[in-house]
Formats: sequence, structure tokens, C-alpha cells
Amino acid sequence: MWALLRNGRVIDPSRGFDEITDVLIEDGCISRVGHISSVQDIGRGQGDVYDCSGLVVVPGFVDMHVHLREPGYEQKETIMTGAQAAAAGGFTTIVAMPNTKPAVDNRAVVEYVLKRGASAAVHVLTAGAATKGNEGVEMAEIGDMVDAGVVAVSDDAFPLQNADLMRRVMEYAAMFNIPVLTHCEDKTMTADAVMNEGIVATMLGLRPWPRQAEEIMIWRNVLLAELTNCRLHIQHVTTAGAVEAIRWAKSRGINLTCETCPHYFSLTDEALANYDTNAKCNPPLRTAADVEAIKQGLADGTIDVIATDHAPHAQEDKEVELQDAAFGMVGLETALSLVITNLVKPGVMDLPKAISKLTIEPARALGISAGTLTEGAPADITIIDPEFVNVVRSSEFRSMGRNTPFEGAKLFGKVVTTFVGGEIVHSIKSLKSEEAKAGV
Amino acid sequence: MQLQRKDILGLQEMSPDEIRLILNTAESLKDILGRPVKKVPILRGKSICTLFYENSTRTRTSFELAAKIMSADTTSISTAGSSIQKGESFKDTLLTLEAMGMDVFVIRHGASGAPHFAARVVGSHVINAGDGMHEHPTQGLLDMLTILENKGTFDGLKVLIVGDIMHSRVARSNIWGLSKMGAEVRLCGPRTLLPNEIEKLPVTVYTDLDEAISDVDVVNVLRIQLERMNRGFFPSIREYSRLFGINKARLRRAKRDVLVMHPGPMNRGIEITPDVADGEFAVITDQVTNGVAVRMALLYLLLGGGGNVGAA
Repeated sequence: MWALLRNGRVIDPSRGFDEITDVLIEDGCISRVGHISSVQDIGRGQGDVYDCSGLVVVPGFVDMHVHLREPGYEQKETIMTGAQAAAAGGFTTIVAMPNTKPAVDNRAVVEYVLKRGASAAVHVLTAGAATKGNEGVEMAEIGDMVDAGVVAVSDDAFPLQNADLMRRVMEYAAMFNIPVLTHCEDKTMTADAVMNEGIVATMLGLRPWPRQAEEIMIWRNVLLAELTNCRLHIQHVTTAGAVEAIRWAKSRGINLTCETCPHYFSLTDEALANYDTNAKCNPPLRTAADVEAIKQGLADGTIDVIATDHAPHAQEDKEVELQDAAFGMVGLETALSLVITNLVKPGVMDLPKAISKLTIEPARALGISAGTLTEGAPADITIIDPEFVNVVRSSEFRSMGRNTPFEGAKLFGKVVTTFVGGEIVHSIKSLKSEEAKAGV
Repeated sequence: MQLQRKDILGLQEMSPDEIRLILNTAESLKDILGRPVKKVPILRGKSICTLFYENSTRTRTSFELAAKIMSADTTSISTAGSSIQKGESFKDTLLTLEAMGMDVFVIRHGASGAPHFAARVVGSHVINAGDGMHEHPTQGLLDMLTILENKGTFDGLKVLIVGDIMHSRVARSNIWGLSKMGAEVRLCGPRTLLPNEIEKLPVTVYTDLDEAISDVDVVNVLRIQLERMNRGFFPSIREYSRLFGINKARLRRAKRDVLVMHPGPMNRGIEITPDVADGEFAVITDQVTNGVAVRMALLYLLLGGGGNVGAA
């Protein structure tokens, strides 16, 4: 079996490739990127030709920050539905966070998640919890989890408050050369906090979440990374001060990467002005000045990765008073549109650079082979239409979560078709061309 | 003239014309409170539900009395003894009560924005009777009515609000209402109880009470919530009283005809000394009376009281 993606604009940031040409998939792998004059040249068996003219062919996206909620919270999302949402959003590799119930803190749960993930629509990887039960007291069996297949450890949703324990986790994880993904939040400053500290929170009478709660922890973790020489990855960066801290750390040669999420360059704390629980997230939405700094950080490379922090919740978790509502929003199915609408269209960065932050950059941060169209690589490929105008309708999401603050937003860019291992796992329209018949 | 809105959620979104209409209507309806038979039939057949998720004496009684004087039927639900204790969600409680035909929900809730949520859930009118640290619009209006009765205008008046601004819904409603009507609003409290970027509102912020109180026409003293002590916002009640308590000596710096207000319940001897609370400048009980009038006006204006108030 082969498949030929014809005449698309092929962008592969992993090797600076950007040309209108063809991509040939054979036996689930990319066998050739370049012009193929006739299907006869392929010279073997039956196949399909997909007309990609006017479309962009890119490596399947890698999302290093998703919450799949399974095991334990299957009313919010499952590994299967989360993977379907990923496919619909053009993501072919996703990394599940370990804040499930039970936590992904030992080999058995790692194996459970990976086994469930093996039959899902996209590649499902997982991070392990840094501490047992995410309790921040005792280190989890990181070595055994690495052996079982985790690609990182994380304290996401349960930020490690104890600096000495974080130091040990970093030292220990460095032994296995896996990154430590950190959720930076000084919880002594965020008790009962709901939204970014500032005039909007003051007017709404909502408990304020100071930016310093994030920045203090980033500084701490950056210094600990320097001490331990661990591969530090800072999750969901949201403030101007955080971008500055990371810029400083990188200039100093500290071994770190970081991510932001589409909502942090698309929305400000004003989104909560009507007490919209779907705009409540952790860390909280910040101010217009922060949004600008995040964009600048993305453009100059301080921020390496765009991850979604896809955080699906059930209706009953969000249809409540704002202070009681769960934190987080779904992100897999709106990420590309937000990147194109808010980064590419306004000229913050060009399309290849934006694609790199969804593909090769997260793959590098994780140290996995993904996010590339190199010949021989698995055919994880996403075909996008950057000009497609679509209106966000959460009722159409594959995710079980409907919690998006972008409901009704008119955005540019849409995933047309997603391939995983050469198989179509998502498609909004058939691209098969007449030429296919000639190949029979 | 009628109010062109379904709900009363805060004074932030209210126009000066709307505030003027409410205060004028309240002034007219207040006459009824002085009559020997305090009953008029203007809201006969209307059902008003007070739904209180926090304790309250004056606000709840005031709303119920306002409704009863105008012949509406009232139902009171409070957290204790209701299905809320069985874990019923706020949404389901609202839908259940609406299905019984409630025309107005009067809601007090510890969560900021809860009345806004309610207003989206139900088609009935919602009046915010105090939500978290956000707004307490009827308190703001009754404070304004009290000021207007005594001073005749808001224009150029200097109004000082002193105390725990951060956690105060009364402060926020007063800031919006008074500034819209042309008063100059001053805030004073410990820096730890002044919320971040409050100076972006139309206010002047002080931490020195002697400076703040100079030459003011009105002092509105906020209740210090003793349960906040454990969060370490200030070191002791004693020190708070010394720095931010209103006493006779401090009051001498204000205008000679200064009004002293307090939304209640008071901590006598802490934020206000008894001689000031009971003294010649205090209008604290007038505030309570005006509260009934303001709530009558809101119910009347929301429930389509298009007729002539004077003839009621």
C-alpha cells in the first residue's frame, strides 16, 4: 500500500524544508519527499493519490501537555476520546499528564495508560508523577516508570512546594535523561485564588492570583536546574516576567525548554468579566501586556513549544459558581486555529516557525522521534488549510469536554486530514483524486 | 419610566439615569413606610423568593418587608434546612424554584458572580443581595439615598470609605454608584486590605486615616471581618483600631456636618467607637429605613410598576 500526497506546500521545520511538492507514504512510513512525476514511478501495488494543492502538509503535531483523565475521571474524558480530539486537531502524538486517579505514579498505571493508548487514534505517551500519589512527599519510582515507558516526569496540577524534594527529583530524573515538566506555582500565594491579580479581579471581587506565584517558582526551578543539570521543561508560561526569567536562564546556558498554550496568547483576564467559568484556568489568563510578551517570547525563541494543556471537564464541573468551578479548558481541537489566527495572520511569526512549535520543538524537548517528515519516519502527517474560516462549535468536538471559552469565535485555519502511521485517523473531506485510478 | 433591565446585578453597569430613577422612586415609596397602615396592593400576585447562601438579618428582612408592604408573596430559602444541604447544585435549586413560579429571585451568595450565573439560568428577575467580594447594589443605593436626603446632591461631595476594602462588596457598589453621580470617593485601609490596582477605579487611595478624613462630607465605615484575622492581613484588633478606627477625635478633621454611616453589623469599639455610632452625626438607622424604600423601588420597577407611584 502506498499513498501519495500531491502538490501540497510541504513544511518540515525539522530540516527547514518548505516547498510545493509531493509526499509519498509507503507501508506506514514516509518514503519520499519530492516531486513524483507519475504514479507509475511508484512502481508497486495499489495506492491512493490525495490532491493537496492549496493545502499545507506538515508533520503531525506533538502535544506534550494533555489531560486524558483516565483512569479515574472518565466522565470528563477517556484516552480514546482524548485521542480522537487530538486527531481532529492534527495532533498525532500526545503526552498525558499523571494527575489521574490513581495517579500515574508507578509501573502498573503507566502500563495501563500505554496499553489503552495503544489502540487509540494517535500515539499516546505519558508522563509519570514526580512524587507518589502526587502528594509532594516521597519521590515516585521514576526508574521503574522510565523502564515502563514514561517520557518525562511531572508535578503538573500538584506543583512541588518543597525545594529540596524538587532538587532530588531533578537529580534523579537526570540519571535517566528524561525531562522534568514543572507546573510553576507557589501555592502559598494562590490559596482560593480564581483569576489573575489586577484591576479586573478587583472589580469582579474575585480572589487574586499574583503573577509572582508563577514567577517565583520559575526562578526557583531554573536555579535548581542549574544546580542539578536536569532537563527542565517549564509548563504553561503566562507572564511577561516569566518570559524574562526564562530568557535570562537560557542566556546563562541552563538546560531548559518551556511551553505556552494558545489561550495565553489569545485571551486576557477580561475574558472572565462575565464570570465565564470556561475562562477559568491554572495558571490564570493574564493581561494584554503579558499576551504581548508571550508572543514576543514565541517569536524570539525564548518559548520553544506550544502545548494545549487540554483540560476537559464535565458540564457539572463548570456549570457552577465561578469560585467552585474546575480549572482548565479543552484545547486540542482549537489549537491550530488559534495559532494561525493569533500568531501567523498578524505576522508574529511565519507558518513554518509556528509549525515548528507544534512539531519538532516539543519532540526535541521530550527527546522523542516525532514531529518530522524525514524519509523513513512514521507517516504521522497533518494536512491543513490555513485559510479555512471556521466558527468554533463545541458541540462538534470529539473531546467529551465542551469547556472552551472560544465558543462561537470565528477563526482561520483548519485540519483537513490527519494521518497516523500512514492511516487516516481524521478527515473533514476526501482529498482523493482521479489520478488514483490510473495507479490501479 | 421603567428600568430597562431584567436583573439588578451591580451598580457598575448602571447608568446615572437609572440610579436617579431608582432613588426618586424610593423617595416616593418611602412615604408608605410612615403610614399607619403600611400596605399597598401594587405587587399583588407576584412571588418573590429570597435565596440566601449566607447569613443575613437586615438585608433579608428588608427585602421581605419591602415585598410584603407592596402585597407580594414571599418565600425564603436559606442554606440551612434546604436541599442545598443535600448537595443540590445552585443551578438545580434555581430551576426548581423557578418552576414554582417565582417572579423575582433575591440572591445572597458567598461566591462573586453567583447572581450573574443565576441570571443566565432563570428567566425570572434576579436581584443581587450581595455576592462574595463583588457588589451589594441595594446597599450602595440605600447609602446613596441616605446621603442624598441629607446633602441634597452628590456633586462634589467627598465620601470616605474606610476599612477592609478588599473583601467588601459594599465598597465596590458605593465606589461605582457615587462616582457615577459626581461624588469624590476616597478609600482608606491597611495596604493589605486594599486590592491590587484599585487606584485604577475613580477613587483616591489613602493609608493614613487622618489625611483621608480631612474635610470629608461623609464617612462610611466598613465592618472589619474578624474571621479574616487568621490570614494575617493586620497584626491585631488593637492595632487596627488605633490606625483605622473612627472615633470622635478623628471625626473633628472632617466637615462639621459630616455624616457617619455603617452598613452593619457593627463591631463597636473596633472600627467605630460607640459614642460615634450613637452620636449626632450617625445616620445608621436611617440607612436601614432607606434600605426598605430602595428595595421597594427595585421590586416595583422590575415588576413592571409602570403606573404612578404617587397614586399607589
